[in-house]
Amino acid sequence: MRNMIKTQGLTKIFKIGKKQETELVAVDDLSLEVERGEVFGFLGPNGAGKTTTVRMLTGLIRPSSGSAQIAGFELGKNDTEIRRNVGILTESPGMYERLSAEKNLTIFANLYDVPDIDKAVNKYLSMLGLWERRHDAVGSFSKGMRQKLVVARALIHEPQILFLDEPTTGLDPEASKTVRDFVEELKTEGRTIFMTTHNLDEAERLCDRVGIFQQKLLTQDSPANLREKMYGRRVVFHLRELQPAWVDLVSSIPGTGSVEAVDNKLVVSLKDPDESNPEIVRTLVAAGADVQFVGEIRHSLEQVYLEMVKGSERVQQ
Amino acid sequence: MKHIRTIINKEWSEVFKNRWVISTMTMLPLLFTALPLVMLSMTGGSTMSAEISAESSGLPAGVVASCAGLSAVDCTQIYLLNQFMLIFMMMPLMIPTTIAAYSIVGEKTTRSLEPLLATPITTIELLAGKGLAAVIPGVLISYAAFGVFILGSLLLKLSPAVFSHIISPTWLLGVLVLGPILSVIATIFATYVSSRASDPRVAEQLSSMVILPLMLVMFAVLAGKLVINIWFMLIAIVFCAVVAFGMLHLGTVIFDRENILTKWK
Repeated sequence: MRNMIKTQGLTKIFKIGKKQETELVAVDDLSLEVERGEVFGFLGPNGAGKTTTVRMLTGLIRPSSGSAQIAGFELGKNDTEIRRNVGILTESPGMYERLSAEKNLTIFANLYDVPDIDKAVNKYLSMLGLWERRHDAVGSFSKGMRQKLVVARALIHEPQILFLDEPTTGLDPEASKTVRDFVEELKTEGRTIFMTTHNLDEAERLCDRVGIFQQKLLTQDSPANLREKMYGRRVVFHLRELQPAWVDLVSSIPGTGSVEAVDNKLVVSLKDPDESNPEIVRTLVAAGADVQFVGEIRHSLEQVYLEMVKGSERVQQ
Repeated sequence: MKHIRTIINKEWSEVFKNRWVISTMTMLPLLFTALPLVMLSMTGGSTMSAEISAESSGLPAGVVASCAGLSAVDCTQIYLLNQFMLIFMMMPLMIPTTIAAYSIVGEKTTRSLEPLLATPITTIELLAGKGLAAVIPGVLISYAAFGVFILGSLLLKLSPAVFSHIISPTWLLGVLVLGPILSVIATIFATYVSSRASDPRVAEQLSSMVILPLMLVMFAVLAGKLVINIWFMLIAIVFCAVVAFGMLHLGTVIFDRENILTKWK
């Protein structure tokens, strides 16, 4: 099985109001595929429908229409099997505060029918550095320790797919790093991870592909491809002096797109900078230019995200 | 069964660390067992040894009519016992209500409900686990309290007529059979209220309303308008069993993961 998550036209409409007279479209026609071992980032503003999507994909709520296969099981028909094969870290995960870390994990290991409960509990308590505090009530834990424990809880049954809903929200940098490092470790183990996040830097670092979502899936691809799709690859040639004629000269070189002159710089859109840069430098030097240095303009995922979300808001208005 | 046992174990581990629940579970049975014994011992020393008459006893006429051939003391004690037995039937209602009222709303306030619902546990397993975790202690404590009451009654050297009333089929059925059925009804009601409530205290207050029908019966007995006999008890058992079964069925229908997560906030 290649696709661990596959949705086709998944839609969720909530009926709200006293007489349920108003329809609220939370997720509209979502079609996506997440491959085995892939880390997929699901990005979107607050209220975009990310949590509703996660809840649908984990069998917690029913879609209004559309279909999905999770770990090979049909959503709506094999929900118990889906729940058995996925782990979920909810947005505000609660623990049983009066119970110990060990007891919390043991309860969930039992509910997930883990074969060797003690082994699984001990493994995650040790792996996440909670062994020494295993008998302490969770209520006495720091936020970082709690987050480690909820990650352990989501993994206790060794799920094929892990859903992480805002895994680092509200954590201090150190705790966030611990969670990120752990996600990276899971990634190397080949687990499929579906992660919603607001942290675009985190998404860029961890995710193989991201989807930008606001009720609808606006776009999906790898962060690098998204940047390239939106902005292309743009290279800046810093010159000691700029002659206006050099704009046309550079434009005539095969593989170049638009060429702009900004102060003493030429900003050139290129399909393949590795291929074109030496040729452009040679041409400029031959024309008498002093090329001081060459650099590529890096657009962040944040720029892509903001552009997409704003564009979507404009369309909705 | 494993999932149900896990939920029971989890509930007990949590609930028995809650001081309020512990105090309710200890103080109520102590009070409800000691009070009847004290009352019986006080009335036992009475000089009313003559055969009962409506005028002399001051008891409701319906009660006096059921006391044919008994002394005034015996009739008074039986009259009191009828109230106390209802209290013993109330006990398995009150203790589970305290536990069950906290069961779902407690998970909601600590935000542990969603991870729990995300496990492969079925709705029936979850409800059964939460329900049994509430019913079992309530019933066991009630049985223990009733046992202590019987022992106390033996020590008080009650008359054979009064003692045989305590262990009559009517009251044995009431305490040992109807009590647990009422406990199931109270637990399902409290679990439902708990699912809809957003505050554990509100859930408990609303859930405690389940005791009102039994209070009405108690007042009717007190006023002599109702005499509880074996037929009344059998009909009550059948009726309450049907109600409990219906509520159980309804509970599994309305206790829906999606509703709880998206609407019951």
